[in-house]
Amino acid sequence: MARDHAAVDRLTHEHVEDVGSHGEHHVVPLLVYYKVFAALMVLLILTLAAAAVELGPFNIVIAMTIAVAKAVLVVLYFMHVRWSSQLVKFFAGATFFWLMILFSLTMADYFSRQWPAVPQL
Amino acid sequence: MATETTTHTAGTPAATHAAAHPAVHDEHAVLHHHFDDMQQQRECTSLGMWLFLATEVMMFGGLFFAYSLYRWRFLPAFMVGSGHLDITLGTINTFVLLFSSLTMAIAVHAAVEGKKQTLVVFLGITWLLGATFLGIKAVEWSHDYHLGLIPALNWTYYETNPVEDSLLKAGIGPQQVLMYFVVYFSMTGLHAIHMIVGLLVVGYFMWLGHRGHFMRGNDQPVEILGLYWHLVDIIWIFLFPLLYLIAGFHPFAKGGH
Repeated sequence: MARDHAAVDRLTHEHVEDVGSHGEHHVVPLLVYYKVFAALMVLLILTLAAAAVELGPFNIVIAMTIAVAKAVLVVLYFMHVRWSSQLVKFFAGATFFWLMILFSLTMADYFSRQWPAVPQL
Repeated sequence: MATETTTHTAGTPAATHAAAHPAVHDEHAVLHHHFDDMQQQRECTSLGMWLFLATEVMMFGGLFFAYSLYRWRFLPAFMVGSGHLDITLGTINTFVLLFSSLTMAIAVHAAVEGKKQTLVVFLGITWLLGATFLGIKAVEWSHDYHLGLIPALNWTYYETNPVEDSLLKAGIGPQQVLMYFVVYFSMTGLHAIHMIVGLLVVGYFMWLGHRGHFMRGNDQPVEILGLYWHLVDIIWIFLFPLLYLIAGFHPFAKGGH
């Protein structure tokens, strides 16, 4: 079936397996969605398991790492970014980048509020 | 366009391929005049939606920042506040939304494949899951109301929870617990508003889909609705551990949290 597909692709120039830089229209097999969902379930269980262990400041680090993993799976597979054009990938990445700017620059203000106005000699 | 499979080329691999994926091959019907081809239209539509999603991320990002700041400053009080939330209900809600993302992805797949019935059914399942999420949130919030935990509405926490001197000496004040609930209701409230909007559009798309509006190559609106739905899911993916699990997950501890 896959070989027929490849032959037809050469005839019709549609459904190319490799996504070009403009993201040709790609139909995602349902099995991919099921596997991603299974992974998300595992990560959800991991979230609870990690919260059950007392690790002090590392709890939030682990919790956020797991949350980011879940988000990456949803973005790449459910939101099709894995098979999207370079430009869409760039926009998705830019979203995360601007969020990081929001966090880092605003936090920098709060972190530096305790500092004395004039350097102490 | 729909006559591809009824010409003398009906038996060829190309025609069989067209028959297998009707939506893809009838795209000429939905090409708007200001685009050169379908590929450009798809990419532009996708980019426009992603730009909107970026603004949504920045909006929630501001609230996430407020959460980060106050959690950093008032961690013990935030643990107390988080302790009032029901982790079981929160976990169920997380599962419900993750599952709804799966059913939404299947609905988008059905639109692309030209399967009208599957599309409407899975949009319907997605809708039910979203409604379940909101129902559970309503249960949680009514419980918070009975405990007098809703800031500016019926905040009676100060009366019902006098702070021990030892905590006051450690710099933990009830106003900090108030801050937790301000952040909690702001974030879950804004998220719930997004869920309601999502449910309205999903319901509208169920009706449009039933009328065949997303067939014959016009699957992209469903894909874009999917992008919105997945983002609302991602926001909850972060809300759950940040709001519910600050004090850890200890189901077997006395008082069970």
